[in-house]
Amino acid sequence: MKKLLLILLWLPGLVWAAASNYPLDRVTVDPSDQASLQRGAQLYMNYCMGCHSLQFQRYNRFARDAGVPEELVMEHLVFDPEIEIGDLMTIPMSSAAAQDWFGGVAPPDLSLITRSTSNAYVYTYLRTFYSDDGRPFGTNNPVLENTSMPNVLWQLQGLQEAVFDEAGEVVGFELVEPGSMTPEEFDVAMADLVNFMAYVAEPYKMDRERIGKWVLLYLALAFVVFYLLKKEYWKDVR
Amino acid sequence: MSTAEMVNHDRRRFLTASATVVGGVGVAFVAVPFLASWAPSERARAAGAPIEIDISRLEPGARVVVEWRGRPVWVLNRTEAMLASLPEVVGDLRDPESNESQQPPYTQNSIRAREAMPNIFVVIGVCTHLGCSPQYRPEIAPDDLGPNWKGGFFCACHGSRFDLAGRVYRGVPAPTNLVIPPYTFISDTRVLVGEDSEAA
Amino acid sequence: MAASPENPSKNNRVIEWVDARFPLIETWNYHMGKYYTPKNFNIWYAFGVLAAVVLVIQLVTGIWLTMSYKPSAEEAFGSVEYIMRDVHWGWLIRYMHSTGASAFFIVVYLHMFRAMLYGSYKKPRELIWIIGMLIFLVLMAEAFMGYVLPWGQMSYWGAQVIIGLFGAIPLIGEQLVVWIQGDFMIADATLNRFFALHVVALPLVLVMLVFLHIVALHHVGSNNPDGIEIKEKKDKTGKPLDGIPFHPYFTVKDLMIIIGFLFFFALVVFFAPEMGGLFLEHPNFEPANPMVTPDHIAPVWYFAPFYAILRAVTFDIWFLDAKLLGVIAMFGSIILLFLLPWLDRCPVKSIRYRGNTYKAALAAFTVAFVMLTFLGTQPSTPLYTLLAQIGMFVYFAFFLLMPWYTANEKTKPLPKRVTKGSPLLSFPFSSSDRDS
Repeated sequence: MKKLLLILLWLPGLVWAAASNYPLDRVTVDPSDQASLQRGAQLYMNYCMGCHSLQFQRYNRFARDAGVPEELVMEHLVFDPEIEIGDLMTIPMSSAAAQDWFGGVAPPDLSLITRSTSNAYVYTYLRTFYSDDGRPFGTNNPVLENTSMPNVLWQLQGLQEAVFDEAGEVVGFELVEPGSMTPEEFDVAMADLVNFMAYVAEPYKMDRERIGKWVLLYLALAFVVFYLLKKEYWKDVR
Repeated sequence: MSTAEMVNHDRRRFLTASATVVGGVGVAFVAVPFLASWAPSERARAAGAPIEIDISRLEPGARVVVEWRGRPVWVLNRTEAMLASLPEVVGDLRDPESNESQQPPYTQNSIRAREAMPNIFVVIGVCTHLGCSPQYRPEIAPDDLGPNWKGGFFCACHGSRFDLAGRVYRGVPAPTNLVIPPYTFISDTRVLVGEDSEAA
Repeated sequence: MAASPENPSKNNRVIEWVDARFPLIETWNYHMGKYYTPKNFNIWYAFGVLAAVVLVIQLVTGIWLTMSYKPSAEEAFGSVEYIMRDVHWGWLIRYMHSTGASAFFIVVYLHMFRAMLYGSYKKPRELIWIIGMLIFLVLMAEAFMGYVLPWGQMSYWGAQVIIGLFGAIPLIGEQLVVWIQGDFMIADATLNRFFALHVVALPLVLVMLVFLHIVALHHVGSNNPDGIEIKEKKDKTGKPLDGIPFHPYFTVKDLMIIIGFLFFFALVVFFAPEMGGLFLEHPNFEPANPMVTPDHIAPVWYFAPFYAILRAVTFDIWFLDAKLLGVIAMFGSIILLFLLPWLDRCPVKSIRYRGNTYKAALAAFTVAFVMLTFLGTQPSTPLYTLLAQIGMFVYFAFFLLMPWYTANEKTKPLPKRVTKGSPLLSFPFSSSDRDS
């Protein structure tokens, strides 16, 4: 739990709710889409997990919920031989090193990022990096201005330049160097990634909605019975 | 009530009974999450996951103790002589067939071990009497344990005695044989405690 | 009903045995079997029993949450996520508790509004009202401390703002804040003591006050939508003509209402536990960080009306600065509620028979209260501050001018016996026709 405190100490400088008026693009998430969860997890493990832990998520739970056999999860998503299937998705990166690399701002844990911001926020943020020579990593982002995060997905997305209006606000993007994915493919990939992150933020969401339907059904039924009972007794009252 | 004579008592009784049943079912369902939440959490389960033990350097007659789910698990490499002593003590045992004791089915035999490696004895080192951890006493007929001692486990707390297959002797407080955890051999030199590939 | 202690059958020796040693049947009859309840109760009269139901939900789920929660600054946030993910059904128990907090205030506000509609705070029920107001105060403290426990950003900064209120007190304010915190900032010590108060001390007080509330109520008897005393018209055997025994009539009715309530409660718990950020606020999914304040701190919605009043005071008066005045206004707005039985001088209880001035005043107060609730959750802008000031003015005027506008109220004649109410003419103040 020391780690948690360390994360608290890292956060200064990184303000997720930075007041930015950049319009967010909506995205639909569906935790029952196991193929999408799997693709999202693959992307997360390859591009995000190096810096961002998911400290509340267990590998075996993901295996169960995404319909992946545990052996395959160990084979394709776990790169550290010390990690076992029941472990949490933590990372070994030390805080000091992290602070060094990212100019005093360590990458936060992202277990709950879609709940503390929103799915649309994360989806838009991931797709709106643009080249900016004024920044240490050469990229900036209108959703979280002057973000300390480099555009780790540029190989997939390619490099884009921002189009500004007279007021200096970002209004659009121009792809200057294509990546390995077309813009359409990249959007789908990011939707998968957000789907995975939304799943991690509330892995019990499917349980909750499934059980909820039965609870409501029961209560509706019980209401009818108790309504009849009440009506019967209240025949006495005039 | 002036209308008392018009009351349909059958209907009232029926509705009261129905409401009681429906309400009772509801209460029972509500109780489920609260009771189930006491079961070991995912964290406890992850911590209680199967553990792998390297037995390649376990000499005959030697024993290693490892922790599994917070309890000592013994892995003993029994010698030929030790295995030979097992049938000799059967007459003094309370449950020689292990009928009343806890073990995976593949170890309910005369050696209380997997047939594949009869010499490797895996057992939870907790006395079935009140939960002390017995001592490993392989020596034959030591002074304190008497001339009939053929090697085994002795619980110093209340004097319970077990043979080299964890079977309890008669006339001691422990009621059943030592508990054997599920285990499986993943190779000739590695044993996995906590999982039996057969049952899974 | 053969098993009820009302008519113990001869073979029910256990009840007889107990009754010889404890006033079992007497207590049952006093509170249930022979507690004569006005038969014209409408849906407004359901919120008392619903508050009791929510109290039970909070007690049970709360006890279960303490089984896995860790009250320390380092572990609290993680332990809540641990409950939500690793403890079996932990998410359900936690969502029930977080939804229960909001549900508690919904039913309590409606319960209080009912009292204002039908004059339930008036003689001889002033003490019931006072005890109820104490319950409301303790409930606010309980809810506030509970909100700190998850140790998210809103927990931390909400606590900062609310504890900071005490800093406005002249001379001792700053020391008082440090004393409450047990540190020079909101820290582990604060969390720990809030935990102790939230899970032991305040629930004890709350349960005791609820008990007193019910004892006082059953002593004087329930008011009703007509605001006339049913005890004044009794039959030869001494039973009120317009009263019916609580059991079985109101037990079956309340059970039905409770199930209806649970339907909506479950709807939130299972399908919208965050309630769009109202019940569980987004920044609270980020661990507490003393270095960064979220852009917009708002209290949970149920504190919003009082928070709006606090913020609405942006002016100094004489030597009193705005900060202190805001705190005074906020606490004053709650204290005024305590005085309601003596501010209202109209002898007629129910809104059905009161004059138009009071109807208009209550309507204005209701609009102001709802508006303040909304404004308290919003970032302040010049327009919103102005609206909050208007709302605050209406709020205070409603109470402070009450002795005058209720003194010579033009009321309607009271009925001799309770009425059905007219669903069309006085909606929503009527009784629904199902009920009588």
